[in-house]
Amino acid sequence: MKKKRSVWSSYLVKLFSLIIFISSLTFADNQISPEVKTRSEAAAHEKAASVFENLLNQFKEGDFSQKIAVIKQITRLNDKRTRLVFERLVHDRLFYAKDATQRIYSAETTPGGYRLTDVISGQNIGEVSQGSVAKIKINNRLRKTLRTSLAQLDMSVKDPDIRLKAVKSIGNVLNEDTVKFLRTILPTETDYDVRTAIKASLAMVDLHADDLNVRLEAIKSLSVTLDPEFNTELKELLEKDSAGNYLEQDPQIIEAATNAIKKIESRVSFYEHLQTLFFGLSLGSVLVLAAIGLAITFGVMGVINMAHGELIMLGAYTTYVVQLLMPNHIDIFLFIAIPAAFAVSGLFGILIERGVIRFLYGRPLETLLATFGISLLLQQLVRTVFSPLNRSVTTPSWMSGSLEINSVLTLTLNRLYIIGFTLLVFLMLLAVLKKTRLGLEVRAVAQNRSMAKAMGIKTEWVDAMTFGLGSGIAGVAGVALSQLTNVGPNLGQAYIIDSFMVVVFGGVGNLWGAMISGLSLGLANKFLEPYAGAVLAKILVLLFIILFIQKRPRGLFPQKGRAAEG
Amino acid sequence: MFTASARAEDTIKVGVLHSLSGTMAISETTLKDTMLMLVDAQNKKGGLLGKKLEAVVVDPASNWPLFAEKARELLQKDKVAAVFGCWTSVSRKSVLPVFEELNGLLFYPVQYEGEESSKNVFYTGAAPNQQAIPAVDYLMKDLGVKRWVLAGTDYVYPRTTNKILESYLKMKGVSEKDIMINYTPFGHSDWQSIVADLKKFGSTGKKTAVVSTINGDANVPFYKELGNQGISAENIPVVALSVGEEELSGIDTKPLVGHLAAWNYFMSIDTPENTAFIKQWHEFIKDPKRVTNDPMEAHYIGFNMWVKAVEKAGTTDTDKVEQAMLGMTFPNLTGGTAKMIVNHHLSKPVLIGEIQENGQFETVWKTKDLVDGDAWTDFLPESKIILANWSKELRCGNYNKKTKKCSGQNF
Repeated sequence: MKKKRSVWSSYLVKLFSLIIFISSLTFADNQISPEVKTRSEAAAHEKAASVFENLLNQFKEGDFSQKIAVIKQITRLNDKRTRLVFERLVHDRLFYAKDATQRIYSAETTPGGYRLTDVISGQNIGEVSQGSVAKIKINNRLRKTLRTSLAQLDMSVKDPDIRLKAVKSIGNVLNEDTVKFLRTILPTETDYDVRTAIKASLAMVDLHADDLNVRLEAIKSLSVTLDPEFNTELKELLEKDSAGNYLEQDPQIIEAATNAIKKIESRVSFYEHLQTLFFGLSLGSVLVLAAIGLAITFGVMGVINMAHGELIMLGAYTTYVVQLLMPNHIDIFLFIAIPAAFAVSGLFGILIERGVIRFLYGRPLETLLATFGISLLLQQLVRTVFSPLNRSVTTPSWMSGSLEINSVLTLTLNRLYIIGFTLLVFLMLLAVLKKTRLGLEVRAVAQNRSMAKAMGIKTEWVDAMTFGLGSGIAGVAGVALSQLTNVGPNLGQAYIIDSFMVVVFGGVGNLWGAMISGLSLGLANKFLEPYAGAVLAKILVLLFIILFIQKRPRGLFPQKGRAAEG
Repeated sequence: MFTASARAEDTIKVGVLHSLSGTMAISETTLKDTMLMLVDAQNKKGGLLGKKLEAVVVDPASNWPLFAEKARELLQKDKVAAVFGCWTSVSRKSVLPVFEELNGLLFYPVQYEGEESSKNVFYTGAAPNQQAIPAVDYLMKDLGVKRWVLAGTDYVYPRTTNKILESYLKMKGVSEKDIMINYTPFGHSDWQSIVADLKKFGSTGKKTAVVSTINGDANVPFYKELGNQGISAENIPVVALSVGEEELSGIDTKPLVGHLAAWNYFMSIDTPENTAFIKQWHEFIKDPKRVTNDPMEAHYIGFNMWVKAVEKAGTTDTDKVEQAMLGMTFPNLTGGTAKMIVNHHLSKPVLIGEIQENGQFETVWKTKDLVDGDAWTDFLPESKIILANWSKELRCGNYNKKTKKCSGQNF
């Protein structure tokens, strides 16, 4: 132990001296540079800097269109502080002092007020109370202008992904300034994707040029894109007048545009199908996650548990409580919440089983009514403890946003994680049932209770554990759902019907059945939705299940053998 | 028992008909507390007509038929002088026959679809011309929106509002293919395909906006999906007609910043009246974090107007109070003076606000004057010719200007 520490300290010393060395270098650099500069340059620089400060001060008053004018002026100045100021402004973090100085500060919220930094000098001011500064107001138009300006600054960043995003946001506002800007950066751009994007944006303008070759070239650069707005622009070329003749005179342009559109559309429809597939899988995996606990309690034990939805809700509330307990660890609280939710919902499940359900085995109607009563009880419980209002669970940064494959196909990250999470839970559950002693006993009791009892299995204990396991999984589903939807007293009700649907469709007593049926219901829903609308799609799926159950009352994967007959 | 009934005669009873359990408890519980606060404050001022006010709270449990039963109980058994309550349009429609049969008074505090004016109801929330139409005007004029998505939950308020908006947009020259209408079930949580459609619809180069009448619970996953699919308020702004401070307080607001909402009151409005109201609310509820919202202001105005009307009439008799209410004025919380119009609706300012990260609204636009609530919209041909006027000269909530007849129907 001691030795380790001494090694560490020697590393630290080395690191420290390195830092000092580097900072001395930059310091030296700072020392030299003013001397190199000629006096006039320095004066010009100073003047620009004071212009910058003056412009900045104009943010405080004036209406939004004046502020926009100021932003444009500041962008032209090329001041080093521009980026910081704009970024702070766009995120509502720029304030000014209410006292006589009226200086502009960048502020971070603290429990007592704000921590200020002077944006002009970069000096740290320290904390002030809430009332002593006022926020510089901005609106959507202003945000858009700011983002365009920031995007222009982003074009000098090394990372090509950032540049690509920047080109796209500049492309949304094509005017004289931005087109000129894009034309100047095109020759120096090296990244292929970024070049394509710039070309496409410029092509939008070139499409209406006078020169035939420029226009053909523009159509060619548009034909490799997938963005719908480029597609519409091409389609407008092919608009016809009331007599059915093309408005466009040149046959070459018409032909090129027709071909380009065909090419784009076949690719777009391919990616759109891929996206629907993804949507279907993600909806399906949410259904599987919600239903898989029920597949155990209802499927294996044969208990109709109407409080299953509320066990999901308890899991979601546990996530909320864990988040409250560790406010500074937003990125990792979910990992704590998963076992916590499993424990809480599992315990409630065992309580319900021991307290109510065990007296009602073999009486499905009474079980249904009793558990329905429990579900109302649990709902009112959280209403009393947490208030009837929804609680907000934050999404960790690694779960928000999306993976943009191209402009048609974007995979949202939270959905991706949930698909993976569902698979993981499913596999773990499968392993528990197939590989552990508990799993063996559960299967034995499910198949033949009295025989299992005769073999010395404590069936009562197995019942409680199985119910606890199913309920615990419901709680884990609640953690995932807290990332998708509201955490409120009604969370469970929204999923209970769907869960029963999945289990019944898949075949009672079969985990694989629940998995396949959940995924296929999700897919069916999503492939129907574009044609039928959300409301009708749901009805159609329900109708289909009713018909299916008529034909095959035991679901997709019915239990076989003697146990199934009983 | 005897003492209780003897005491009851010295009090004026006020019914509070808001769900305290079930789906709507999320919104309605706050209004119950608001009413208790207002009654309490009035009693501290000496009550009404020399008597104390007594609030009778019942719980209709988000169950529409139960609303009618509870309303009957309030009017027949408790003999309340006025009832403050209901949230959803369907609950209002359910109690309406009861109030007309027993000649009670209902103050309804929520923005609604219009197309109704009953002698026994005072509508203190916004009619479509005080919320939806101005919101569309703002988007059209200030943001230059050319393409429209009307998204709503599948029930009566969004359906009627969208019908009115669609007809209004077409009147303004928006073509059919630039309007997309979408309905989703209550509590819809999987917005992936709809948001993807919306993104496609909005990426044609023309400025697109969404007018959302999506109801309470479904909003969180909707905005989350918008955020995740990279649609920001700058590209496609969403104007919500049913998302207020209360709803925002249960949401992670990050993905919502910059999106809009149209109301007649925002908690962030800086007037002495509003500051006093917020202070009173925080003291009453003993939680400085609780927010105020538009329907609360509606109850505040409605209750105070009722108090003034009872004082003016000198009695709590329904017919006399109803007449005294017409033309009644009371300062609202946003610095103007609300007036009860002869069609039983209020005059209100219209505010458009952008959602901020702290769950409050920053007002970005507001009407110069107060707008009079219009019971029957001017933008549907079948409603345009209908007039509501409960003053002595007409006394009809459904008067056909063409045939010059009162339909006889009371609403």
